[in-house]
Amino acid sequence: MIKVEFLGPIGKAPIEMQAATLADVSVKLKEDKALTEWLDKCAVALNDTMVNDLETALKDGDRVSILPPVCGG
Amino acid sequence: MELYHGPLDTKEIFGRWLDDQAHSNYGAYIPFVGTIRAEDDIEALSFDIYEPVLQKWFDGWQEKAADLGAVVKMAHSIGDVPVHTSSYVSAVFSPKRRVALELIDEFVEDFKANAPIWKYDVKNGERIYAADRSTPMSGSGLLA
Repeated sequence: MIKVEFLGPIGKAPIEMQAATLADVSVKLKEDKALTEWLDKCAVALNDTMVNDLETALKDGDRVSILPPVCGG
Repeated sequence: MELYHGPLDTKEIFGRWLDDQAHSNYGAYIPFVGTIRAEDDIEALSFDIYEPVLQKWFDGWQEKAADLGAVVKMAHSIGDVPVHTSSYVSAVFSPKRRVALELIDEFVEDFKANAPIWKYDVKNGERIYAADRSTPMSGSGLLA
């Protein structure tokens, strides 16, 4: 199982799922209509490191963070 | 990197940073202060921060600055920050002014674009995500 957490204003509790790659995570998150409006503008971190490849392999215990648009300062 | 709940004590922070580097032989010290403006009837801005990714982002900038013989510093607020107080300060120390002037520009702009911090307007005690002023981080849309 991996854990997916939703940061900042998304306002959704973390979920756990079976996923071998980030592409699997994408498929499962897109089943949630409330998330689809966020996904096209969200970045992704794997265990707190930013990632850019859908084929990134996942292992048991990994933590995927979904980061919506930012505005510090 | 320093994170505080509520507004920043800018004079204390800048003074301490200056004292810390008093004998480091840097010729230039360029501070930046972000102050909350009163506009659109807001009482305050409020901030969420994801510290693990923010720390890695900042570590990357420290390495970049070190390659130029410089040092970058920053402090940011978590939670509510009333209008006319400060939520963000940063600074660059460098041997000569040119590096510091250029680095503070790049650092603050990249901060706005890629630091994992979320801003909310506070109106009538309610937090409203500042969606229209927010920027998708590099690599956004990967899971869409």
